Amino acid sequence: MSKSKKAKAKAERGTLRNVLRCLKPYRGLVFLSVLLSATCAALTLYVPILVGRAIDLIVGTGNVDFDAIVPILIRIGIVVLATAAGQWIINAVNNRITCAVVRDVRQQAFERIGILPFDFLDTHPTGELVSRVISDVDQFSNGLLLGFSQLFTGIATIIGTLGFMVAIRPLIALIVVVLTPISFVVAKFIATRTHSMFTAQAQTKAEQTALVDELLTNQKVVKAFTQEQAATEKFDEVNARLEQHALKAVFFSSLTNPCTRCVNGIVYAVVALIGAMTCISTAGAAVPFTVGNLSALLSYANQYTKPFNEISGVITELQNAFACASRVFALINQEPQTPDAPDARVLTDAQGSVAFENVSFSYVPERKLIQDMNLQVQPGQRVAIVGPTGCGKTTLINLLMRFYDVNSGAISVDGTDVRGITRSSLRTSFGMVLQDTWLSSGTVRENIIMGKPDATDEEIIAAAKASHAHGFIRRLPKGYDTVLGADGGGLSQGQKQLLCITRVMLALPPMLILDEATSSIDTRTELKIQNAFGVMMEGRTSFIVAHRLSTIREADVILVMKDGSIIEQGTHDELLAKGGFYATLYNSQFAQG
Amino acid sequence: MKKTLRHLGDYKKETFLGPLFKLTEALLELFVPLVVAAIIDNGVSAGNRNYVFYAGLILGGLAIIGLACSLTAQYYAAKASTGLARKVRHALFEHIQNLSYSQLDEAGIATLITRMTSDVDQVQTGVNLTLRLLLRSPFVVFGAMIMAFTIDTPSAMIFVVIIPLLAAVVFGIMLASIPMYRKVQDSLDRVLGKTRENLSGARVVRAFGLEESETEDFRERNDRLNALQRAVGRVSALMNPMTYVLINGAVIVLVWAGAVRVSGGSMTQGQVVAMYNYMSQILVELIKLANLIINITKSVACANRIGAVLSSPSGQEVLAEGESGSGDYAVEFRSVALRYPGGGEEALSGISFAVQPGQTVGIIGGTGEGKSSLVNLIPRFYDATSGAVLVGGRDVRTLDPVELRSRIGIVPQKAALFKGTIRENLLWGDADADDRALSEAIAIAQATDIVAAKGGLEAQVEQNGRNLSGGQRQRLTIARALVRKPDILILDDSSSALDYATDAALRGALRSMEHSPTTFIVSQRTASIQHADLILVLDDGELVGSGTHEQLLNSCPAYREIYDSQFKKEAAAQ
Repeated sequence: MSKSKKAKAKAERGTLRNVLRCLKPYRGLVFLSVLLSATCAALTLYVPILVGRAIDLIVGTGNVDFDAIVPILIRIGIVVLATAAGQWIINAVNNRITCAVVRDVRQQAFERIGILPFDFLDTHPTGELVSRVISDVDQFSNGLLLGFSQLFTGIATIIGTLGFMVAIRPLIALIVVVLTPISFVVAKFIATRTHSMFTAQAQTKAEQTALVDELLTNQKVVKAFTQEQAATEKFDEVNARLEQHALKAVFFSSLTNPCTRCVNGIVYAVVALIGAMTCISTAGAAVPFTVGNLSALLSYANQYTKPFNEISGVITELQNAFACASRVFALINQEPQTPDAPDARVLTDAQGSVAFENVSFSYVPERKLIQDMNLQVQPGQRVAIVGPTGCGKTTLINLLMRFYDVNSGAISVDGTDVRGITRSSLRTSFGMVLQDTWLSSGTVRENIIMGKPDATDEEIIAAAKASHAHGFIRRLPKGYDTVLGADGGGLSQGQKQLLCITRVMLALPPMLILDEATSSIDTRTELKIQNAFGVMMEGRTSFIVAHRLSTIREADVILVMKDGSIIEQGTHDELLAKGGFYATLYNSQFAQG
Repeated sequence: MKKTLRHLGDYKKETFLGPLFKLTEALLELFVPLVVAAIIDNGVSAGNRNYVFYAGLILGGLAIIGLACSLTAQYYAAKASTGLARKVRHALFEHIQNLSYSQLDEAGIATLITRMTSDVDQVQTGVNLTLRLLLRSPFVVFGAMIMAFTIDTPSAMIFVVIIPLLAAVVFGIMLASIPMYRKVQDSLDRVLGKTRENLSGARVVRAFGLEESETEDFRERNDRLNALQRAVGRVSALMNPMTYVLINGAVIVLVWAGAVRVSGGSMTQGQVVAMYNYMSQILVELIKLANLIINITKSVACANRIGAVLSSPSGQEVLAEGESGSGDYAVEFRSVALRYPGGGEEALSGISFAVQPGQTVGIIGGTGEGKSSLVNLIPRFYDATSGAVLVGGRDVRTLDPVELRSRIGIVPQKAALFKGTIRENLLWGDADADDRALSEAIAIAQATDIVAAKGGLEAQVEQNGRNLSGGQRQRLTIARALVRKPDILILDDSSSALDYATDAALRGALRSMEHSPTTFIVSQRTASIQHADLILVLDDGELVGSGTHEQLLNSCPAYREIYDSQFKKEAAAQ
C-alpha cells in the first residue's frame, strides 16, 4: 500500500520535473507572471478600502467632504487603470507561455514517434497515441493556463484579503477565516458523492455507445433480418437506465453552486450582523469601526470565498492535467530505437544479395517465433513466401526492413550486417507494397513521388501507366493534382493499392518486397499488373508473399513457412516431389476447381 | 430544432417550475443589498441593536430560502433535460431503424452515431443550463438596475449607461473569438491528422525515409496552430481588464454622484453602499450569461443537426400497384437501372433476366462493377431508378418490405455478428427456430465444428464478433441466413474468407438441401459459380453475358478473360 503510494509520489515528482523542464526556456515570463499576479491581487483589494474611505466621507445631508473625496476617487482611478494594465499583461504572458509549451511538447512527441522502435508502436493502438499528442496535451495546457492565471492570483488574493481584514478588524477577519472553508468542505463533500454517480453515468453511456455503434454500423444487417423492433427494445432498456444515472449525476453535481452560495450568504449575514454591531459599539471611540470599513469588509467577505471555490476547481483541473502530462511525458521519454552507428554504411545501388545466418527472433520472449533461420538469396533472385495466415510472413518483412532487430544471428545485405547500414539507406533500397495500403493526405502526385521527390511528370505518368493506375487517375476531378483525404478517402481499396504500386514503380529500388499486393484488385487488372511486376522484378531481388500459383511457380526459391519457421525451402518442382507440407497446401488450394 | 425540443412538451411542469424557482432565488439575492442599506441607515446610525440583529437574521434566512429554491430548480432542470435526452435518443434510434439503405448511405453511419451520442449530450447540457440560468442572469442584471431605480433615480442612470457598455464588451469579445476558436479547431484537426497518419503509416514513412520531411510538415502545422491560439488568446485577454475598468469607472461616478445626492439630502449613506453592491453583482452575472450563450449556441447547432435527421422522410413507400408477371419465376429483372443518390453514373443499367424457383444464379465481375448493387435490389434495399424487380411475379415495390425480407436470407459481404450468444445471433434468422433447425442450418453452413469449439450454442459472441476469425464469422452468418429457411438465399461474396475446400463443401450442402432456395452467389472466383444454372457477367454495371459456364466460355469474352486469369495457368500446369 505505502509502497505504491511512494511509487506514485515518485512518478508525480518525475512529471513535475518534466513540466518544469518545459517551462525553463520561459522562466523570465513565468517570473513576470507571478510577480504581476501578486501585485494585481493587492491592488484589486485596495479598491474596496478606498471606496470605503470615500463612503465614510458621505455622512449625511450637508455633511459631505467633497474636497477629501476627489483625491480618493482619483486614486481609485489610477489603481484601477494600473490593475487593468497588469491583468492584461498577465493574460497575454500566460497565454504565450502555455501556447509555447504546448507547441514544444507536441513537437517533441511527434519527433519521438519518428524514432520509436516498432515494438512500441505495434503494441500501442494508434488512437491511444494520437490522443496523447492531441487531447492529453490540450488538457495539460488548460491545466497549466488555469494554474498560472487562477492559482497564483487566488492564493495572492486570499493572503491579501486576510491581511486587509485583519488590519481593519481582527475579530471579524477571524470569523470569516473560520466560516469560509465550510463552503470548501461542502463542495468537496458533494464532489466525492457525485464521483460515483458520474462513474455510473459514464459506464452506462459507454455501454449505450457500444450498443449504438454495433447496431448502427451493421444497420443494413438489422434491416435485412427485420430486427428493427428488437433492436429498439434493446436500445430503450439501456436508454432508460442512462436517464436514471444521468438525472442523479446532473442533479447532484449542480448542487455545488447553490450550496456554496448559501454558505457564502450566511457568512455575509454574519459579517453584516457583527460588523454593524461593532459599528454601534465603537461609535465615538478613538478608533471607530466606520460604515466604510463595514462596506469594505462585506466586499471582502464576498471576494474571500471566490478564490477558495476557484482554487478547488483549479486543483481538480491540475490533478487531471498532471495525469495527462505524465502520459505525454511517458511517450516523450520512451526509449528510442538504437541510433545508427556513426560509421554505418550508406547503402547505394545495392547488388541485392541477402543472407540470413542463424537468425532467431520473437516479439515476446515467451513465444518463440523464428528460430535459427538460414537463407542465401543471390542478386536478382525471386523469393516466394507461402504459408497459412499467421505463419510469420509479416515478421520476415519486419526483419528485412529492419523494423525489428533480430534477437540473435545476423541478416546481411550485400555482405554487410544490416545493423551496420543506416536505416534510411537500407529501407529506401527496398520497394515495399504492403497489404494495408497507406496514403498520406495530399495530392495523388505527392503520394506517388514519395520515393523519388524529384521525378518529372513524364516519369510519373510512365510509372502510373506501368501499374495501370493512369486510367483511373486521369478520370479523377483534377487528375494527378486531385487532393486525397486522410488515408486516400474517396478511393476504392483497389485504387489505393494501384497508387501504392505506382509509388514503387516510380522509385524502382534495387530490391522489392510485395505482400499480397493485389488482394483487392479484380483478377483481370491483376493479371495486367502481374506482367508489370514481372518486368520490374527483372534483375531485382524480390521477396513476394504469394498467393497466386503463377507467382509461386516462377520463383527461384519458395519458402514455406509455418508457425514462424521455414519448414521447407526449394523450387516448386522440388517441393512437390518432396510431398511435404507444400504439396498438401498446393493440392488443397490450387488443384481443384 | 423544433423537432428536437418538441419532446420538452412532456416536461411542461418541470420546464415551468425550474426557471420560476430560479427567479425566486435571484429575487431573494437582490434583496440583500437593500437589507444591508437598512442596517446601515436604520440600525447603525440610530444605534438600534435589535434592528441590526433581526436584519442579520433576515440575511441568513434569505440565504437558506434561496438554497431551497435553487435546489428545487436544479432538480426540475435536471429531470427535464435528462428526460428530454432519453426521448430524443429514442426518437432518433427509432427513426434510424426506419431509414432505407440509400438514406443510411447518404447520412453516413458515423454521423448518425455522433448525432445519437455527443449531439444529444450537448442538447441535454444546453437545456439544463438554459432552464437554470438563462432567465436568472438577465433577471439579476436588470433586477439590479431596477432596484437601483427604486433607491435613487438620477444615480441609477449610471446603470443604464454601464450595462449596455459592459454587454457590448463581453459579447463583442465572445463574438470576435468564436470564429477564431473555430479556426483553432480546424488547425488542431490538421495537427491530429498528421499525427495519426504518421502512426498508422509508420512503416511506409520509414520505408521511404520520409521522417525529416514529415517532421518539417508537422512543425509547420504545429506552428500555425500555435500562432492561431496566441491570436485568440490576445483577444480574450482583453475581457478581464476592460470589464474591470468599466465597472470601477462606474463605481467612481457612483460614489461622486452619491456624494452629491447625499449632500443634497436625497439619499442616505446606506443607500450609497447598496448601489455599490448592486454594481458588483452585475459583472459576475454578465460573464455567466455570455458563457451560457456560447453553450446555448452550440446546443442549438446540435439540436438542428438532430432535427435534420429526424425530419428526413422515413422509409420507403409501398405502392398500390406495380408491374406484374408470371409466378413461374422466383425473381425477375426487367431492364433495371440503378443510380445511387448523388452518385453520378448509373451503377446498373439495362439489366434483364429471370430465374426459376430453386435455381442457382452466379454473379461475377470485377470490383465495383455492380454485383452487390444487383442483389441489393431483390430485398428492396434500394429502389430501381427505372425498370422493375419482381419477386414471385410481384413488383417488390408493392410488397410489404418486412414480409418480403422475411422470405429472403442474406449473407452480407461483411460478416457482422452481434454481442450475445451464438443462439441469439442465429435466432435473428427466425425467432421461433428450435435446436434441431439451428443445428441443421449450422451443419449446412459448415459451422458445426466452430460452434462445438466455442462451447455450443450458448457460447458468447463479443461485440462485432471480435472473438471469432473472419472465416468463422462468415460461416455463422451463413447459418443465420439459413435458419429462416428462406425462399431466396443471397450470398454476397460471402465465401471470400473460406478456403476452397470449405467453399466447395458449402456449395454441395446447399444443393442437397431439402427444399433448396433460389440462390444468388456473388463472387470474384469462377470456381464458386461455375456450376450455377445461370451465370450473370457484369462489366461496368452492364450485363455483358448470361448463361451457363460452357455457354459463356464460348460466347462471352469478358467471362473467358476472368476464367483464364484464374485457371489457365493452373490448368496448364496439370
